Amino acid sequence: MSISLFYFVAFLTIFFALLVIFSKNPVHSVLYLIVTFFTFTLHYIMLNAQFLAIVNFIVYMGAIMVLFLFVLMLLNLNEGSIGSKSNLLKMVGVIAGMCLIITLVGSLRALDTSDPLVLQTQDLGLVKNLGKVLFSKFLLPFEISSILLLSAMIGAVLLAKKDIKQV
Amino acid sequence: MENLTQAIQGVPLNHYILLSIIVFAIGVVGVLIRRNAIVIFMSVELMLNAVNLLLIAFSVHHNDPSGQVFVFFIMALAAAEVAIGLAIIVMIYRNINSTDVNILNKLKW
Repeated sequence: MSISLFYFVAFLTIFFALLVIFSKNPVHSVLYLIVTFFTFTLHYIMLNAQFLAIVNFIVYMGAIMVLFLFVLMLLNLNEGSIGSKSNLLKMVGVIAGMCLIITLVGSLRALDTSDPLVLQTQDLGLVKNLGKVLFSKFLLPFEISSILLLSAMIGAVLLAKKDIKQV
Repeated sequence: MENLTQAIQGVPLNHYILLSIIVFAIGVVGVLIRRNAIVIFMSVELMLNAVNLLLIAFSVHHNDPSGQVFVFFIMALAAAEVAIGLAIIVMIYRNINSTDVNILNKLKW
């Protein structure tokens, strides 16, 4: 194991992220997005954030991606049923993205060169450690997020169900 | 697992920031150049993930578990957001029979 593993996974992340936005078929986009999320999970494991790696694996690659695929199948969107933007607009979009990268990288270069990332405590991202923080310091936000999920569930059901027939 | 976590010993923090910037910018470009509402939504997910990675890298850098708790909340938020957003897309599809965002231009002047 060496540092080059990080660069290899980072390359995969960028490569599949590019495939997500440039593939014509939306189903392929979803599949590439799953691979992208898997590379993010690898990053989390390398950072020793094991709890978040598992949560990322279950929530993103399990729940969210199944939701995306399910909606795509439900809507039956084939390749080419939605046209693409004109080439001029695409160029403008890509140039705008490049400008964003240049601006952020420029501000990053204003910083000093950073120290290498060193894992100071091995159990930083383990369930035991995070659970203690989550249920002591962040107990109120945790409970509020449960209300958020409940309201999201009700909202999704209300939005997606067919209108009641007007009498 | 011990071997795997040795791999990051020595990756500069700047490279994590750089990776997050690039993935975030890819998400922005995806929102700008695509017309399918679902693909736009996926680009938003990419941006959220880029920020998550940055938060975890900083959490490890500062040896502070709060950053990882924030990522946990962002994931809960993303799940809620996806459920609502896809419900809205299904509703739009039922009304205009397409998910092309260019058809939804009534607010455009």
